[in-house]
Amino acid sequence: MADTLELDDIQHILLTRTPSLTGEYVFVSFRNPESGRAWLKGLAHTVRSAAEVQSSIASSQRWVTVAFTWNGLRALGLDDASLATFPDEFKQGMVARAEMLGDTGENHPDHWVGGLASPDLHAIAILFARDGAERARCLAEHDKLLAQSDGVEVLSSLELEATPPFDYAHDHFGYRDRISQPVMKGTGEEPTPGSGAPLEAGEFILGYPDEDGPPALQPQPEVLSRNGSYMAYRRLEEHVGAFRDFLRQHGQTPEEQELVAAKLMGRWRSGAPLVLAPNADDKALATDMQRNNDFNYKEMDPHGYASPLGSHCRRMNPRDTAANMNRRRMIRRGATYGPPLPETAPEDGVERGIAAFVICASLIRQFEFAQNVWINDKNFHELVNERDPIIGTQDGTLEFKIPKRPIRKKITGVPAFTTVRGGAYFFLPGLKALRYLCSLG
Amino acid sequence: MSANSTKADWSNPAAMALPKDGFFKLEQGRYGPIFPKTPANYGFTIIAKIKAGREAAIREYGKKIEDTIAGLPDGLAVLRLHYLRWVLFDIGGDTYFMYQGIFDTDFDKYTEDAVALFSKYGINTVFENLEGFPEDWKTNTPAFIKFVREHQRPSFLEYGEYPYVTAEEIKKALRLKDAFETMLDQMQ
Repeated sequence: MADTLELDDIQHILLTRTPSLTGEYVFVSFRNPESGRAWLKGLAHTVRSAAEVQSSIASSQRWVTVAFTWNGLRALGLDDASLATFPDEFKQGMVARAEMLGDTGENHPDHWVGGLASPDLHAIAILFARDGAERARCLAEHDKLLAQSDGVEVLSSLELEATPPFDYAHDHFGYRDRISQPVMKGTGEEPTPGSGAPLEAGEFILGYPDEDGPPALQPQPEVLSRNGSYMAYRRLEEHVGAFRDFLRQHGQTPEEQELVAAKLMGRWRSGAPLVLAPNADDKALATDMQRNNDFNYKEMDPHGYASPLGSHCRRMNPRDTAANMNRRRMIRRGATYGPPLPETAPEDGVERGIAAFVICASLIRQFEFAQNVWINDKNFHELVNERDPIIGTQDGTLEFKIPKRPIRKKITGVPAFTTVRGGAYFFLPGLKALRYLCSLG
Repeated sequence: MSANSTKADWSNPAAMALPKDGFFKLEQGRYGPIFPKTPANYGFTIIAKIKAGREAAIREYGKKIEDTIAGLPDGLAVLRLHYLRWVLFDIGGDTYFMYQGIFDTDFDKYTEDAVALFSKYGINTVFENLEGFPEDWKTNTPAFIKFVREHQRPSFLEYGEYPYVTAEEIKKALRLKDAFETMLDQMQ
């Protein structure tokens, strides 16, 4: 088996970030296998490989991704023997794993929207478009396809919109995104300083050696799993009003409020890491990809005086303070949704947030570990009574400690700044696998 | 963590009786229900029959692990251990192996790290001498976990003289004591 990445078979989302400012996620259910396959046939020609997207990115207007739940693969007519070869966590789906993931209380699947908690959720079509006109055109095309296949039901869809200003990617809280991302071998991509050496492709793509050795336990047949991956979808509502109230409550001046925001994240909202800029924001550092990820924790900030031990970045990527980091990395894709809340406006109750995908070769070892241990273990780094302050399960009873000399600052009663509004586990097949699925039955 | 264990006061020795199946309530971890925390913290007692004629090989391995740890004192740090005990004993004509550990995190959380250590330090060599241990354990973490869970024998009682204290806290306290004593010595 050649270890060269088959870029012409891998769906582009695994390897490429597209210059899209808008998009739409469409969640569908198949009433019968024939309709599902007809829908997939109608859509498959729009799904592009990593190689194709990389060579056409400047001239392309839209980028399409298709992925399936385990129930969806069954609904397409995949046989039981093949279905049985998928890992248990994928078969069970995100809803069944809710307690372990921390999706309890307000985050519980009982409260999810858009039919995402339903076993009838079979597939997602992800559209990213350069602008609103292109999105409208693509959705009209998709509507035509749906009109032809009456056995395919749209459970819900979600409109994505970048939040202004558009010159850099950031969430509704204002944090810059897309700074730290693992690089895999065979892509030719050079990791930025501090990002670690390129990882074996098998950490993210099925059919390739991973950091532990040759591929094992891959779903069968090989044509289905090779060049595929898993995606954990998370629709996270961001409570911008509550977040800003919190900053005002814990910071007297705008500068102090920025520092509180930075302490929660581990980076200033500009993106500058606290380990390298502990006292004041540094916008030049924030945008300098040669420097903005070039730090560690064990030697440079062992006690968390710069970046608190429980800060979001420190939990999601503990760098040199966790074992086997190479087996825990993930690729993140996604976008923001909902209207931005103007800086001076009070909370308007409109849902806004991030709708993100975590892509990895093993949901249980990568995504679920991060969710269960890094994000929601109250005793991570011996913190005793904390969870991730941005995306952890918060019920107002936990705290956030900010190490400081001479004495630390302890914030009690941390509110939930985010709520899980939906989620699902998807299998992201390669292009040949999509054709294989089309040919079933 | 069970509801009984939320009050953590190291100065009050505590005992806890456990239900027969080992769980107060079924709290799901990634690989199955999470074993409860007791005054003796988290832990496991894995008991399995050894393959016939393998006793010498297992005993020989004790020395090898001693040497490994001597060379790499923080080799097992990730497991957050207090103590490990490795015991061989006979029932009738069969020899059984018991692997008992006391540690500070529920085993489910750091399962893959533990599997990685097994192969890194050759601990698997002992387990491969046990009946029923999956031959493909290195590439089949779920099968490895299944073996461990199937051979776990829950305690019916656990006791802690200084309950719920982590190894990290103990080491911190001892470091502080050392530093204090050094300071006193230097003031002579």
